[in-house]
Amino acid sequence: MTLQQTRAPERVESSTPAPPEVGRPRQARRRFWSFRTLLLMLVPGLLYLAVYKYGPMYGVLIAFKDYSIREGIAGSPWASPFYTHFEQFWTSPYFSTLMTNTVLISVYKLVAGTIPPIIVALLFNECRLRWFRRLAQTVSYMPHFLSWVIVYGVTIALLSQSTGLVNGFLRDNFGFTIGFLTSNTWFRSVLVGSDLWKDIGWGAIIYLAAMIGIDRTFYEAARVDGAGRFRQIWHITLPGIRPVIILLLVLKLGNILDAGFDQVYIFYNIQVYPTGDIIDTWVYRAGLENLNYSLAAAVGLFKSVIGLVLIVVANRIARRWSAQLW
Amino acid sequence: MVNVLLGLVIVAAVLPLLVVVSASFTPYSEILSNGGYTLPTEFTLDGYRMVLADSRLQQGFVVTTFVTVVGTALNLVVSVLFAYPLSQHRLPGRRGILFVALLTTLFSAGIIPTYLVVKATGLLDTVWAMIIPTTISVFNVFILKTFFEGIPGELFEAARIDGAGELRLLLRIVVPLAVPVLMTIGLFYAVGHWNTFMAAVLYIRDADLQPLQVVLRNLLTEVSSDAAADPDAVVPTVTFRMSAVVLTALPMILLYPFIQKHFRHGVMLGSVKG
Repeated sequence: MTLQQTRAPERVESSTPAPPEVGRPRQARRRFWSFRTLLLMLVPGLLYLAVYKYGPMYGVLIAFKDYSIREGIAGSPWASPFYTHFEQFWTSPYFSTLMTNTVLISVYKLVAGTIPPIIVALLFNECRLRWFRRLAQTVSYMPHFLSWVIVYGVTIALLSQSTGLVNGFLRDNFGFTIGFLTSNTWFRSVLVGSDLWKDIGWGAIIYLAAMIGIDRTFYEAARVDGAGRFRQIWHITLPGIRPVIILLLVLKLGNILDAGFDQVYIFYNIQVYPTGDIIDTWVYRAGLENLNYSLAAAVGLFKSVIGLVLIVVANRIARRWSAQLW
Repeated sequence: MVNVLLGLVIVAAVLPLLVVVSASFTPYSEILSNGGYTLPTEFTLDGYRMVLADSRLQQGFVVTTFVTVVGTALNLVVSVLFAYPLSQHRLPGRRGILFVALLTTLFSAGIIPTYLVVKATGLLDTVWAMIIPTTISVFNVFILKTFFEGIPGELFEAARIDGAGELRLLLRIVVPLAVPVLMTIGLFYAVGHWNTFMAAVLYIRDADLQPLQVVLRNLLTEVSSDAAADPDAVVPTVTFRMSAVVLTALPMILLYPFIQKHFRHGVMLGSVKG
């Protein structure tokens, strides 16, 4: 057995099934046997993927059927025409609201999740006091590990209309208050702002890593040429991390229809549905609260398909920058 | 200049948390009168007393602790078992399995079909609904696989000559070497479980099985819904709410400094493609 295993590397990747010749199946079986422990180890993970990741892909069928709980997926009749539920979504008034909200919230978060982290990474990179820089890094990534419910609690402490810090200040000094969490003009800003607070330090890590990777001699050369700090940042640091910036942007573009179920679900309330309701939260309400399974599944599938297309396209673009996902 | 700006970053990160902590120690009457934006003149532990006496929060704490401990253990065991064979390039069918795993990160069937599977497998309204549907994260498996691939082959050869089987190789060589990575990934998984919310919203109706985050969310929003319906309902005070927020966040904040040094390493590994 030991011999078998040490000899095996010569045959890497030739894993296509052996042609049905005499003698070959036995050899294949023996080869399989020699990997039995490794293959056995894969079983729990594969079982998980099969049931909870691929299993639902069969359930996607209900988007094309008039699903009834009693009949089950196989027993429910096909919708006629099969795209009924999709058409119902596309022609409904909530289609434009959901798409607008989802894309806008997502794009705002994309901007807030790119530019401020780059600025913070620049600050980390320029800081010469090592202890201070470490402190700032440690403190700024911590919120990433707090849950959205905690962040919501923090938001209430700051922005609640009756007892929040900001509104208390406004009331005493200017005589008015703002319902940040209940107003359609403010709701998206609150989402984006809290997202920024939670992930700014975390987002900066990867840009900082890219900055640290820049060849030090460029900076020396620039200093000899008389470049100050800002010119060094502008001409060396930022161009140096350009590939990372573009790669991350492209990857985030692939997830543009994921505006974040947890955060929106936790933060929103019925007053702000017009500006805060996103595809995922709507799917949850339509499907699990109103039991409109087929319509909700169709909307979910619509989102997944667009997501897949965007990710594949994004990867194509990223590949031009010689850094693809797969 | 840089230091001043960085100082602002520190203040912006910490100040909101300090406001929460300060509110949790301030008597409710004082918050009502001064809006909570000046330093409290009185100090109270009433909020914390109420949290510790609240049976729903206690229950949520027990549920969440169970989910975090059992869930993280399951995550780590299955992830290691899955990642190790995939790191062995001689394994037949390796590419196919990698593809199958990777595909799930690109396309998901959506909330409703997943709900139906969770229901069909009998997990609805059990704690397992918050554990089993997230058994492995493909992303974390790739971090592990990348790490395992970096272990020098000579170590394996030597052990094999001594007659060690695959399982023993994994337990005696691979796992001990991977402790820092396992801690990083374990932290990611544990944070995910501690913060579990969406799974409970989707799959748990039973009030006794709600995890801490859901209980806390209900507590934070109780005014608008309950007070209107039931005039006798006691609206939770800000002091009580903020004490609950602090206590729910505390385990993550306490855990953080210990593992913080490891996770940057983990993030870097993650950025290297598998």
